[in-house]
Amino acid sequence: MRTRVVYIAANTFREAVRDRVLYNLIAFALLMSAAAVLVGQISIDIERLVVVNLGLTAVSLFGVVIAIFIGIGLVSKEIDKRTLYTVLSRPVRRWEFIVGKFFGLAGTLAVNTLCMAIGVFGALLYVSHHFQASDAWVLVALYFIGLQFLILTALTLLFSSFSTPLMSAVFAFSLFIIGSFAEDLRGFAGITHGFTRWLATAAAYVVPNFSAMNVITSVAHEQPVAGHLVLLNTAYALVYAGMVLCAAVLIFERRNLK
Amino acid sequence: MNASRRITLTASLLLVFFMAASILIVHRIEVLRSGTALEEVLYISSPRLLKRLGLGYDGLLADIYWTRTVQYFGTKHRAGATSYKLLAPLLEITTALDPQLIVAYEFGGNFLAPRPPYGAGMPQKAIALVERGIQNNPDEWRLYYQLGFIRYMDLNDYAGAARAFLDGSRVPHAHPWLKVLAAQMAQHAGEWETARMLWSTTYSTANDPAIRANAAAHIRALQADRDVIVLEILVAKYQKANGHPPKKLSDLVAAGILRGVPLDPLGHPYRLGQDGHVEVQSPDDLPFIQKGLPPGYVPPVRPKILPSD
Repeated sequence: MRTRVVYIAANTFREAVRDRVLYNLIAFALLMSAAAVLVGQISIDIERLVVVNLGLTAVSLFGVVIAIFIGIGLVSKEIDKRTLYTVLSRPVRRWEFIVGKFFGLAGTLAVNTLCMAIGVFGALLYVSHHFQASDAWVLVALYFIGLQFLILTALTLLFSSFSTPLMSAVFAFSLFIIGSFAEDLRGFAGITHGFTRWLATAAAYVVPNFSAMNVITSVAHEQPVAGHLVLLNTAYALVYAGMVLCAAVLIFERRNLK
Repeated sequence: MNASRRITLTASLLLVFFMAASILIVHRIEVLRSGTALEEVLYISSPRLLKRLGLGYDGLLADIYWTRTVQYFGTKHRAGATSYKLLAPLLEITTALDPQLIVAYEFGGNFLAPRPPYGAGMPQKAIALVERGIQNNPDEWRLYYQLGFIRYMDLNDYAGAARAFLDGSRVPHAHPWLKVLAAQMAQHAGEWETARMLWSTTYSTANDPAIRANAAAHIRALQADRDVIVLEILVAKYQKANGHPPKKLSDLVAAGILRGVPLDPLGHPYRLGQDGHVEVQSPDDLPFIQKGLPPGYVPPVRPKILPSD
């Protein structure tokens, strides 16, 4: 069983690489090099700030775009190309297919993020000439971005398991936006009353909480991240991704593929 | 049980478990990050820079900033804060992004001007904000009213308040009360009736239940303050006539000075404290009162505002 999941995951990763997904790294490298060289010339004393802000934002946005645009095709493409039938005619269960796809895309994003993280630290070294203790928080921010990708990958896979690629992209992107305002949603729930309060609170707990995982601005200002938050965010991302994967498995198990 | 059913059952149970766990973790994260919501840092403080970063979506950005301002004030107010460092910059950003957002000038002034814990205690900044609002929206009579209100209530600047009300009364479709207020201000500035008229106007023109409730609380407080002053005069009169102070307010009724024991605006009878001082029974229910407070009374951190209607 484990071998089959690993096999599907490896195949998904290979397919993503073959689709030239990692080409975004070239754009990222150009962006970081330009930022590192140019900002020093046109501004005063914010080189490090810009490199951290721009670098982490780019890592996040590139990853989000890849997660959504690769994720939405994971199931539908296999159906369109009829390769899914070949896979499922072998001793592969549907849930193994879904879980394998999830790990494949998560792996692609992890490799992609790792390469971009090296780029961010390279640019940091270029502008500061040395690393400092507070750069460790940049690593934490990158880790949180990775956790966001984990949730987003599961979500796109969920939508891909029952919807068209276009609608899946719309759903996933909308949830990403809403999830980025999750804490505001909870704040809104706090100041409303009655049914609206109930509805806003329920929505705030059900939508993915991406806002707690966005510490880009604070680490750019060299502010530390609480150890507890790292633990809780890790647990949350795993649990939430697990929950969404279960929903995807349930839907895909019942989907009529004829 | 066949394999498909087993998978469905397992996935369903896991889904419920994961959902419950995620809700619990989000709750823990919320508790952990509750302090950061009050963080006194504004990373981008330049309204101009924000306007450019907004890529033309200024209106939406202004709405988001206004919501953040309300949440900032609400959260700090609820916590009984005495310092509101970010309030003025947040309002400045909001109104720079959308200069026509009347609500931000109107209620922003209300948040900024009153002394803590009722507000930020920055009447000058409140005036600057409302004046900027008038500059951007010269036909909005509510802003002139707000300006006069702040000048009267928080700065005791009666001439300035009269000027603001008069200017507002000249705006097309202005509320007719503005003319009356301007005249009243010129003749009887600082009087009880004027303050009551101002709060009554706020009560009758506001749509927001919270603003109405706040105005109603002030009207009740003004009434209670006035009652206490009158009752204490009557107590002194009783003492002069009888050579000793009354033991309770019903003694005044027995002496024919009062027709009955008077009730406060919430319907509770006033009571006689030590040294002839008249007190209200439940001062927590009558925030903003200046008179009739029991000796050593400590008001709650968060004023208790009862519903207005």
